Amino acid sequence: MTEFDPKIVGFLCNWCSYAGADLAGVSRIQYPPNIRIVRVMCSGRVDPAFILEAFKSGADGVLVAGCHLPADCHYISGNFKAYRRVTLLKKLLQQFGIEPERLRLEWVSASEGDRFATIIKDMVKEIKKLGPNPLRAGGKTSG
Amino acid sequence: MVDKVGAVLVVGGGIAGIQAALDLADSGFRVYVVEDTPSIGGTMTQLDKTFPTNDCAMCILAPKLVRAGRHANVHLITNAEIKKVKGEPGNFKVTITRRARYVDEEKCTGCGVCAQECPVEAIDEYEQGLSRRSAVFVKYLQAVPSTFAIDREKCIGCGTCQEVCRADAIIYEEKDEDVELSVGAIILALGFEEFDPSLKSEYGYSRYSNVVSSIEFERILSATGPYGGTVLRPSDGDLPRKIAFIQCVGSRDAKLGNNYCSSACCMYAIKEAVIAREHNPNLQCTIFFMDIRAYGKEFDAYYSRAEEEYGVRFVRSRISDVKKVLGSQNLIVRYVEDGEPKEEEFNLVVLSVGMKPPKHVEELAKTIGIKLNKYNFCSTETFSPLATSRLGVFVCGAFSSPKDIPESVAQASGAAARAGSLIATGRGKLTVAKKLPPEIEVSDKEPRVGVFVCHCGTNIGGIVNVPEVVEYAKTLPSVVYAEHNLYTCSQDTQRTIREKIKEHNLNRVVVASCTPRTHEPLFRETIREAGLNIYLFEMANIRDQCSWVHMHEPEKATEKAKDLVRSIVAKARLLKPLKKPMIDVTPVGLVIGGGLSGMTASLELAKQGFEVHLVEKEKELGGNLRHIHYMLGSEDPQERLRSIIKEVTENEKIHVHLDAEVADIEGYVGNFETTLTRGSDKKGINHGIVIVATGAVEYKPTEYLYGIDSRVLTQRELEEKIGEGEFKARTVVMIQCVGSRNDERPNCSRICCVQAVKNALKIKELSPETDVYILYKDIRTYGFNEDYYRKAADEGVLFIRYDDDHKPKVTQENGTLKILAMAPVLKTWFPIEPDLLVLSAATIPNPDNERIAQMLKVPLTKDRFFLEAHMKLRPVDFATDGVFLCGLAHSPKLIEESISQACGAAARAATILSKKRLEVEGAIANVNEDLCSGCRICEAVCEYSAIEMKEKDGKLVSSVLEALCKGCGVCGSTCPTGAISMLHFTDEEILAQVRAALKEEKKYD
Repeated sequence: MTEFDPKIVGFLCNWCSYAGADLAGVSRIQYPPNIRIVRVMCSGRVDPAFILEAFKSGADGVLVAGCHLPADCHYISGNFKAYRRVTLLKKLLQQFGIEPERLRLEWVSASEGDRFATIIKDMVKEIKKLGPNPLRAGGKTSG
Repeated sequence: MVDKVGAVLVVGGGIAGIQAALDLADSGFRVYVVEDTPSIGGTMTQLDKTFPTNDCAMCILAPKLVRAGRHANVHLITNAEIKKVKGEPGNFKVTITRRARYVDEEKCTGCGVCAQECPVEAIDEYEQGLSRRSAVFVKYLQAVPSTFAIDREKCIGCGTCQEVCRADAIIYEEKDEDVELSVGAIILALGFEEFDPSLKSEYGYSRYSNVVSSIEFERILSATGPYGGTVLRPSDGDLPRKIAFIQCVGSRDAKLGNNYCSSACCMYAIKEAVIAREHNPNLQCTIFFMDIRAYGKEFDAYYSRAEEEYGVRFVRSRISDVKKVLGSQNLIVRYVEDGEPKEEEFNLVVLSVGMKPPKHVEELAKTIGIKLNKYNFCSTETFSPLATSRLGVFVCGAFSSPKDIPESVAQASGAAARAGSLIATGRGKLTVAKKLPPEIEVSDKEPRVGVFVCHCGTNIGGIVNVPEVVEYAKTLPSVVYAEHNLYTCSQDTQRTIREKIKEHNLNRVVVASCTPRTHEPLFRETIREAGLNIYLFEMANIRDQCSWVHMHEPEKATEKAKDLVRSIVAKARLLKPLKKPMIDVTPVGLVIGGGLSGMTASLELAKQGFEVHLVEKEKELGGNLRHIHYMLGSEDPQERLRSIIKEVTENEKIHVHLDAEVADIEGYVGNFETTLTRGSDKKGINHGIVIVATGAVEYKPTEYLYGIDSRVLTQRELEEKIGEGEFKARTVVMIQCVGSRNDERPNCSRICCVQAVKNALKIKELSPETDVYILYKDIRTYGFNEDYYRKAADEGVLFIRYDDDHKPKVTQENGTLKILAMAPVLKTWFPIEPDLLVLSAATIPNPDNERIAQMLKVPLTKDRFFLEAHMKLRPVDFATDGVFLCGLAHSPKLIEESISQACGAAARAATILSKKRLEVEGAIANVNEDLCSGCRICEAVCEYSAIEMKEKDGKLVSSVLEALCKGCGVCGSTCPTGAISMLHFTDEEILAQVRAALKEEKKYD
């Protein structure tokens, strides 16, 4: 059987984290090809419904990344809003039978290409330990 | 007063000329760009990648080329030269000779059939002679204009091109013609010429085919180059295993008369070595150098990475000669290391050629009436780096001194500001508005998506299987057309995109290439020209976030690219056209920081006719310049400072706020509202732009007994002492890189080497018998400052190198200050007992940067200097519209560089302030009043008070104030009834994107 290769969806804010991910690229910092990035203007735009949709559609992990707390947010406080929502959603995820560790909230600035790559490497490693998203397994246990 | 002519002539169409042209054209002036060759772009088009970001040169340049090519107020006059300049500042008459191109620019479509059929094979200068071209040719694939030209020296007159040209564009009988232009100012952006390495015959350049110049090596690296991006050597097409780079070829060479340093070669050689290694991981690269001059922003970090991550080997040695190995195409490089003569065999030798003044410069200087310096570069002064000796004629880029791309770009914007200031009264008199076709109605039509996938040379195509992605895209719902391009951003592809939109009735366009952060504006403009609303466009980032980060997993990268395309197509299908609201612009600037940069920026803005608030937290203007008492040249910095302060305080458009701080900044481009505090006083001001010029501070050393022994000073303290006439010492030791180039601060502070040489020369002038030792890691007196380094050495200043493992040791024994330094060749410690120890302390960021960055919502680098929008091509812009930066706030730099940047920031600001009304973002929040329950949660979460509650049909509903909304989307994700949608990032668009990123579905709906 081939090794479990997790699928991760990343919601990245345009100003800090998406720029940080671009910087990882221009710096040629290599990380595993498991993430599919969705650009949003602000981490505060990320509706919990988007995250749930990602899990429902089979994501093994979801990353929400925005500008550093407390004051880097391009829109003043969108990062705090993301912080509140993600924290709350992590609690709810457990009740849906999804390990909260599958959802991560990280702060990545425009100058932190290396940090972005490190987060992805770490996330892929952790999710490999957890195995596939239980929803994706369609009720059946796997890996 | 006679009206000034509202037009500018820019001579030279390289990156500097293009930047100056765009800045002027964007701030209300007509611009003519006269370019000697048939296309604009200059040397940068030949480069493969650029340091320190490893960005692909063509990728970042192409959007600017394309913009210059289609700007309604930029007129490109290629294949042309200056014949005569008459008149005075504000009103010049310039005669241009337009050499015959023999191809009609109006008719030629750039299809290239003529070149395919042409029987002639001539040397291709663009490819540095490494390949051939036809007699009818275009300089490079993405050329702007893309019109072909006939090289009549090579043309045999067979008539084939005329026969095959269906556009009937060939005109054999075309003659050279003279054109007269009326302009108010002239900017010289003539660039440079590469040093001809055959003049250094010991390196065997013209004798051995495997000795190439650095620019030839750029072409060898380039995907569009003669070997398609595979690193091969010219003699036999073999893959080299060992490459030697030899530095300072034609620079720092008194024998040749080129004593100056060419400033960019160390970095480009490191870059070429890194990129070559990326192409072939088994390659060994060795750089032979005298000093590594990685003095720019983040350059030292790049240098360290080259050594540590890419295994580039650095050997400090001047090469005596290069010989061919008998019976082989390999080369023997002979050098001296640690006093030992050595020999080493290489497969390929790259000569890092220096920059020389442009061709025929003496003749041209005479025609234009400007003075040249002793090296035949344009003569300028420290405090007016952008002015030539003729009033109304300005200079920028490598023509004034060898420099890299960001310096050239900042100077180009700076020269644009100086020209704009001169002819400010002519603003808007000669410009025309761009005509665009009406927008095609698409809302009632089924989505028809076109997908354009970019190879980006080899940046994407070398890893991701691009044709496979294209074939895959064709299978996606609503995709009716897909193709791949070598560079999707090039001028010819813009035409293709427009044609395909028409041909296939496309109503949504997707480009899969690099990042929307840099390239979205270009493609939006293209689809708008084809009649589509700009919001009907999306980008899939398959380079920065795919091919570049998965270089060793091509198959998985291809799968990921397909996923990204699929998911962005799913979003694109749902895109809706949007309108951009117009806002009024407050034509006032706010400049934070009253040092040299802040004052210069304020003056330039005021001269352009805009009001300025200049805020300084200290009780007087002047900043760091107050501590500079003499220069390397003859200028008196304190006298200059007094005259600048006088000019600033007497200018009625500049409001100086001393002892004041910026407490709060609200608003957005065109309409900022700022609160200044002065003690307990508060004052509100309205302005349209912000320029950050907060400077930097000198590091207070904690090493080498500083603060413990009063004989230990910083360079600045020494200068104060000398300035006050208090200098007396028999022996002085200077230690370089105190607080820079270490683990805590890996980067170079740039100014300290020049400062040390300046102070050493001053000491020698005041007291020739004083012994001066400079203990250094690399001497980084780049550009013409190299002359002073040599002068210091000639006058007996002793330069002694140390490395990190053998740093000088400073002790105090019985009242004697004692320094142990490692003698380089003998490898023994020897003692010096100086009267003064002077530390070249780092230039460190202003501690206020953190607070100001957070207030303005702009980023800082890891070193805590401000981080510009793009290190190479947007050196004085922030990613946030309407906010700019200059001077030491950006990174350590010399006086002339701060002035250039400050003028540059003013020019960039003028592109906004010169507009009465500005289009702002259309991707904002939108309320569906039927769904709104009037709960007011959106009103509470909005940080910008952009939500207003209003009565409608007897119920309270929320409504969005368009000009205030910044489009963050927080309200949309908070609304419990789903009444607010964040346009261009709607729930359904994002959900579709998420679903499609994870699953292949026949239909998404």
